[in-house]
Parts: sequence; structure tokens; C-alpha cells
Amino acid sequence: MWQTLRSEWHPQGLEIVTIALDTAGAEAVRPWMEAAHPDHPSLIDQAHLLDELLGVVNVPNGVWIDEQGMIVRPPEPAYPRRPTSLRRLDPARQDLVEGELSPQQRRAREVRAEVRKIRIEPEAYIAALRDWVANGAASRYALVPDEVTRRSHARPPEVAEAAASFELGQYLQREGHTDAAVPWFRAAHRLQPDNWTYKRQAWTFVDPEQGPNEVYDGDWLSDVRTIGAENYYPPLDL
Amino acid sequence: MILKTLVVDAKELERRTGWGIKPEGACKGEVCVPLPTMTGTSQVDARVLAERLSMPLLHDEVYDVWCLGPEAGGRVLSGAVLPDIVLPDLEGNPFALRELRGQKVLLVAWASW
Repeated sequence: MWQTLRSEWHPQGLEIVTIALDTAGAEAVRPWMEAAHPDHPSLIDQAHLLDELLGVVNVPNGVWIDEQGMIVRPPEPAYPRRPTSLRRLDPARQDLVEGELSPQQRRAREVRAEVRKIRIEPEAYIAALRDWVANGAASRYALVPDEVTRRSHARPPEVAEAAASFELGQYLQREGHTDAAVPWFRAAHRLQPDNWTYKRQAWTFVDPEQGPNEVYDGDWLSDVRTIGAENYYPPLDL
Repeated sequence: MILKTLVVDAKELERRTGWGIKPEGACKGEVCVPLPTMTGTSQVDARVLAERLSMPLLHDEVYDVWCLGPEAGGRVLSGAVLPDIVLPDLEGNPFALRELRGQKVLLVAWASW
């Protein structure tokens, strides 16, 4: 999705770097990357280091960095456009009668219903990005260092321990010790319940659909309903 | 940081956390935390860092592997300088974000899941 914008903005001095948070590594993300045919650096973060180093807790998130290597906007939701899955559909439209749905189909419908409630603001984000590309430090969307740190995610002891727990879990997972990884992933979830990358990554190793399972206490649908889908991302503070 | 022993390489510590080991102690930005006098400047005991810098130190007893986490307190970003992030591309080649100095950069974190 970003390649088109990159083509427009790269001549104006912007580079895009996409970083896939995926403990499963290159083979998991290869189909996606190859389909995108990016001209820009496309990297892989198996340990979710961006959570620890920058404060990422969900994806997709964007971070703006200026020419001197200074962060001018810390992690925030970043969509280049509204994806099909997040577009509201006519609620009256039904492909199948409710009673004809299998449990899997019913759950998929419930997931789609929650996904459509998720709030994103791609138009505003792209407009702000465009302004920064054109105006640099003079853009009102480029934040001063004190504001960058003020907006940065807090790191009380439990969040610091969550980062260590997840890193240990992903290490054991990658080493093939999948059972040993589970308690560390569970600890990360308990210590930092607002971190969706830690939760969703672990869930995918049990169920690619991130549905209910006997290994973890949560699943995508239940956890989203708990907080309200409209709160899945924080509102953009432009 | 994943550790096979409790000995932490000072260069790796600084690269990963921003904390440099100097004669006056562990330093990050304008903050320096004194370390025990026997501490060298090339290697540090992880237990000392955990105690003095409030870093969680976890141990998986079955596989005897440690993880030293980030310092607790304050915010993830203690300053606006981009950490020294080096990550591999699809072919495993490391790429340092500092190579993009001189350009504006939009970093996009995403996932296939």
C-alpha cells in the first residue's frame, strides 16, 4: 500500500521503511513482501524490538524520523488508505442466512462486524504526512523532542518486564521450544494487556485465525469486544 | 537482550539500550548511574545492570537462557534520538536505519497476522 506514496514522495526526500513484526521470520512474510515489490527497505523484526525500542503496541504504526535521525512523531496508527475490511457495509446485506452458518462462518462474520467498527483516519494521516514531506521541520505535524517523549508510551516495571518476557518467549519459539515459549508469552500478555503485537503474535502460533484456544486466555474477538472495537487504536492526535 | 551467560558485552549493551559503560558508571544521555568499582568497561554483570538500572532480568530455568529487559520507569523514549536499530531484510542482510540519515523517513511497523 505504501509503494505508491513512496513513488510520489521519494523524489521529495522521503524514504519509507517497512518493518514486519513477525517472529516466524522471512518465510512468513515473504509472500507479502514479494507481492508488494517494494523499492524501499523492507525489514523483519522477529523479536518485536520496535515495541521495546519505540513503544509500538499495535500495527500498522508509523514513526516519523527527520534527516538528522530525530523522531518527530512517535508510534501511532498509520494507514495509507482505508482497507476494504474496514469499510462499513450495509448491515442489512446478508450473504447467508444466519441459521445456515457453520460455527467458523459465524465467527468470521462476528470478526468482520467488529473490524468494521475500528476507527482509523487515513485521510488525515496522509494529509499530515504530505505536509511534513513538503515543509519538513516547519510542518506543524513535526513535533519537538519534548512532545515526542511526552507522547511516548509509559514504561512502568510491568511493561519493561513484558518486553523481556516476550523476547524470551520468541527466542524459545524460534529455537523450536514452543511449549517453553508459552508461559513467557502469557506473562507478557498479563503484564502489558494493551500490547496487541504480543498477544496476536502468540495467538497465531496456536491458531492462525487467533480464535479461542486452550493455551491462552484471550483471543482477538473476545479481547476486542472487551475494550470496544472503536478503541482498538487510539485516536490520531494531529 | 537474550543472554547465554550473565556477562553482558558493553558494546552490545550500548547498541541495544543506549546505556554506555564509562568510568563514572552506566550513562545514557545526561544520566549516569554509578556501578560497583570492580566493574570493567568492556563487560558487565547482568545482575548489576538489573539492580542499578531497574532492568528486569528473567531466566528460563529449563533452557538456561536469560533475558535482560529495558530499564523501567519513565517512558519508552527518554529522548527523541532514534535508537540504533539494525534489522535484517528478507535475505537476512542487516540494514541499519542510520544509513537513511539525510532523508526523511516514515517507518511503518506492520504484520502479516
